[in-house]
Amino acid sequence: MIEGRNISKSFGDRLVLENVSVSMEKGQTNLIIGQSGMGKTVLLKCLVGLLEADHGKVFYDDREFSKMSFNEMKEIRQEIGMLFQGGALFDSLTVEENVMFPITMFTKQTPQEKLERANFCLSRVNLQNVNKLYPSELSGGMKKRVAIARAISMNPRYLFCDEPNSGLDPQTAHLIDELIKEITIEYNMTTVVVTHDMNSVLEIGEKIYFLYQGKLWWEGTKDNILYTENPELQAFVFTSELTKRLRPVKGVGG
Amino acid sequence: MKFLFHFGRYLSLLRLAFQRPEKQSIYFRQIMVEMENLGLASVGIVAIISVFMGAVLAIQMAFNIDTPLIPSYTIGFVTRQSVELEFAPTIISLILAGKVGSRIASEIGTMRVTEQIDALEIMGINPATFLILPKIVASMIINPFLIMMSMLLAVGGGWLAGIFTGLFPSSEYIYGIQSFFHMYDIFYALTKTIVFAFIIASVSAYNGYYTKGGALEVGEASTNGVVYSSIAIIFMNLILTQILLA
Ligand SMILES: Nc1ncnc2c1ncn2[C@@H]1O[C@H](COP(=O)(O)OP(=O)(O)OP(=O)(O)O)[C@@H](O)[C@H]1O
Ligand SMILES: [Mg+2]
Repeated sequence: MIEGRNISKSFGDRLVLENVSVSMEKGQTNLIIGQSGMGKTVLLKCLVGLLEADHGKVFYDDREFSKMSFNEMKEIRQEIGMLFQGGALFDSLTVEENVMFPITMFTKQTPQEKLERANFCLSRVNLQNVNKLYPSELSGGMKKRVAIARAISMNPRYLFCDEPNSGLDPQTAHLIDELIKEITIEYNMTTVVVTHDMNSVLEIGEKIYFLYQGKLWWEGTKDNILYTENPELQAFVFTSELTKRLRPVKGVGG
Repeated sequence: MKFLFHFGRYLSLLRLAFQRPEKQSIYFRQIMVEMENLGLASVGIVAIISVFMGAVLAIQMAFNIDTPLIPSYTIGFVTRQSVELEFAPTIISLILAGKVGSRIASEIGTMRVTEQIDALEIMGINPATFLILPKIVASMIINPFLIMMSMLLAVGGGWLAGIFTGLFPSSEYIYGIQSFFHMYDIFYALTKTIVFAFIIASVSAYNGYYTKGGALEVGEASTNGVVYSSIAIIFMNLILTQILLA
């Protein structure tokens, strides 16, 4: 479980997060949703310690992460897999080297074992025959998938994904959602996914946090999000034609 | 004020960089890679500049001491002295600050703005140690070789100039470059070189490491890396000369 308590963060005099508390459950896919620019990525970065919150605390399974030194954090971080919004693949390494990189740094596996693991992770994101390519030779969606493969290469206990399926076709996006759900259950991970894709919300939103204007505006699950009375969340949820059709008729259901 | 802020942050980055690497073997491989990227890749430009500068030095010297009172082997002697004391260690280090410094700053800056440095950190790797330390160590190992090569080539350039222009006899020049040789001068030159190598790698890495923004800022960081490491080199040159030649 990962817990963020009363997190506030501002850049200069711009308040981006205000007193946000979240609790990310183990073995579940926890979602952070909200419009573009509402602070989803900032919240994620505060949780993993890439940004220091102005106020608030972060706990990883009751270990107080936010007061640890750099070297103490390193231990927890070896159990973290993270997908960055832009992929953040290492330009100077090939696809296969990127995926093997954490394994090389932290284990004593033989090259053969590492390669097998890399190929396994790449096959789970549906990538074949790209092992020797460099990131600059990949399409946007392929980069994203390689980055996911790298994030899961060490079987992390904590998985963070910043918009895992933006820029992917619906089929691949669905595949990635399935993969995230599957490995979360399989390895009992604590998974946090940032998204504004309603498909993902309805598919894997076991726990959902909706950010609006820097505040935690709503929390719930995929089962009750469609019945929300919250006008801002309604506006967010029922924008696309498809979700509009899912909109429950007033007075019926939930 | 601004200077103090940067200098303080520079020192704390260095402290972060000089920590035990996560995995020794990878780190040694990184040093080899950097020696190739930063050192071998500069051999060409150092060679060309050295030969021509040596030639120019010798020719200028020949025109300047156009009097029978000064023996013509002086041309060789003075060319060697200027090359050895100042031209090779300082000027070539400044050239390297331009070539290597911009490379380091833009490489690290790009990794910063594309979140590759964050990705390293999140994996539990100390990005400062992983990225900066091998560059510093590699530069400090390879630059002395570049500088010694530069000395030889520059002196050789002077000799070629004599042959092609006929301004001074080859035998006199060769006699000149061998006279009054002090080993201490080489020690002085190499000490400067090693300090400058440290400055080039660390100052430009610092400029890259704290880049914020995008491609435009990476370009800016790269320019700053060159400018500040050049200034630091000139400044340290003065101090080291005071200390070592006093
Ligand atoms: N390093 C930073 N410096 C200054 N402001 C920042 C920084 N990072 C984020 N912000 C600001 O914080 C706000 C939230 O940004 P954030 O990246 O969290 O948005 P987001 O919800 O992830 O949006 P998107 O869905 O587009 O990725 C934005 O207004 C942004 O300008
Ligand atoms: Mg974002």
